Amino acid sequence: MSAGIEVVRAGALTTVQDEGRTGWAHLGVPRAGALDGPARRLANRLVGNAPDAAVLETTLTGCAVRVTGTRTVLAVVGGAGCRVTVDGRPVAWGAPVRVPGGAVLEAGPAVHGVRGYLAFAGGLEPEPVLGSRSADLLSGLGPPVLREGDVLPLGRPGGAPRVDTVPWPGVPAELVLPLHPGPRDSWFTGEALRTLTTAAYRVSERSNRIGLRTEGPALRRARDGELPSEGMVLGAVQVPPDGLPVVFLNDHPTTGGYPVVGVVAEAALAGAAQAVPGTPVRFVRA
Amino acid sequence: MSGIRVLEAGPRALLVELDSGEDAEAFHAELLRSRAAGELPGVREIVPGARTVLLDGVEDRALAGRLRSWTVPPPSRGAGEAVEIPVVYDGPDLADVAEVWGVAVDEVPRIHARTEFRVAFCGFAPGFGYLTGLPGHLGVPRRTTPRTRVPAGALALAGPYTGVYPRPSPGGWQLIGRTPEPDALWDPGREPAALLTPGARVRFVPAGVRG
Repeated sequence: MSAGIEVVRAGALTTVQDEGRTGWAHLGVPRAGALDGPARRLANRLVGNAPDAAVLETTLTGCAVRVTGTRTVLAVVGGAGCRVTVDGRPVAWGAPVRVPGGAVLEAGPAVHGVRGYLAFAGGLEPEPVLGSRSADLLSGLGPPVLREGDVLPLGRPGGAPRVDTVPWPGVPAELVLPLHPGPRDSWFTGEALRTLTTAAYRVSERSNRIGLRTEGPALRRARDGELPSEGMVLGAVQVPPDGLPVVFLNDHPTTGGYPVVGVVAEAALAGAAQAVPGTPVRFVRA
Repeated sequence: MSGIRVLEAGPRALLVELDSGEDAEAFHAELLRSRAAGELPGVREIVPGARTVLLDGVEDRALAGRLRSWTVPPPSRGAGEAVEIPVVYDGPDLADVAEVWGVAVDEVPRIHARTEFRVAFCGFAPGFGYLTGLPGHLGVPRRTTPRTRVPAGALALAGPYTGVYPRPSPGGWQLIGRTPEPDALWDPGREPAALLTPGARVRFVPAGVRG
């Protein structure tokens, strides 16, 4: 039996993610990919994978998987902090662990952060769609959200990892998002722009892989009317009619009709991926 | 082409805004030529919109200035085979559309089927194209209450656009018919995955009449 993993406990929302699919936005295909890119790359490095290998992304509650076959598989749990066990015995978080064939690797509920990443030597290898193995929850491309009993094949492991320890970033108590104004900042009042960069927002629990929704003062528009649909970038801060900014994450729609007041630089979005609902958010001028 | 406005969309993207959908279509075609000639290093996505084109992955900040000075030929018409989509004009909103257009109900399919459409841009869902071609006075409003489920293959109108739903989804467009072949619209295993790609010419052929 070839190496793979079988889902024992799927958790709240566990998906397969790699770097996502780029080059298809003009056909309406979102990029998808791991929300916390640096965490996914670190996890892959620790098990000797190429940085773009596919991993599991968990949401708040972790997950548990059994290694199928007889081979011992090198694995790592990183990203959101959690208790990690192999067959119930505590093992290291954020460092490579050996999981024998038949054993169960469990990432417990997140104690800080939101998205956990489980990387396995060889990488997960469900069928790619348009060049990526990522699940895209907006349009339903790629492997579906994991359910108990699902089995995913693993690729052939590469060489031994060159590192067995890396500095994992902590999860900040406050999410600071550097904002580049535009392209539609002129659709908002000057007061709204000042509000956006000075007021206290919070991460809404309605956030998901499509967008980080915020709660706080509504932004008033300087002009009414509909914006003809236009292309949207990762990190775009779109303002729907309720006036509350939404930061677009990896599964965002490729075109949209609500004005984008500013764009958060990609490097800050890993923090957005790990901010639990209620986390204070500050937009600052980039 | 008169106005070319280039707006920044974050540190790595530019949004080029034109005066009309036609200008945007022409600018999009020119951008594709430019990228094919290797003149847009790093640009990973070129995404047309209703009156804009987004370039994502811009490495060279001086590109904005160059784009403003472009002179762009009008989009070439009549080039290439038109994509033909078989349809049955039996949608639940035919009467509402006829009323907005001020014509008899059976005139709606005739007008629609003799129009040559173009894919202005895509979005909403993989394989969903926003098709232009109907004259301006035949625009229709969205439904005041969106449907919670529009079936795959539904042929729909909203504003100046025609679209065909590649898969079931909620939707607020006016439904005038359906294609019996919804699976042809999107197939990730096919190259290209989308039947409707930006710039493509499209005709709707009443089912049974084709060939």
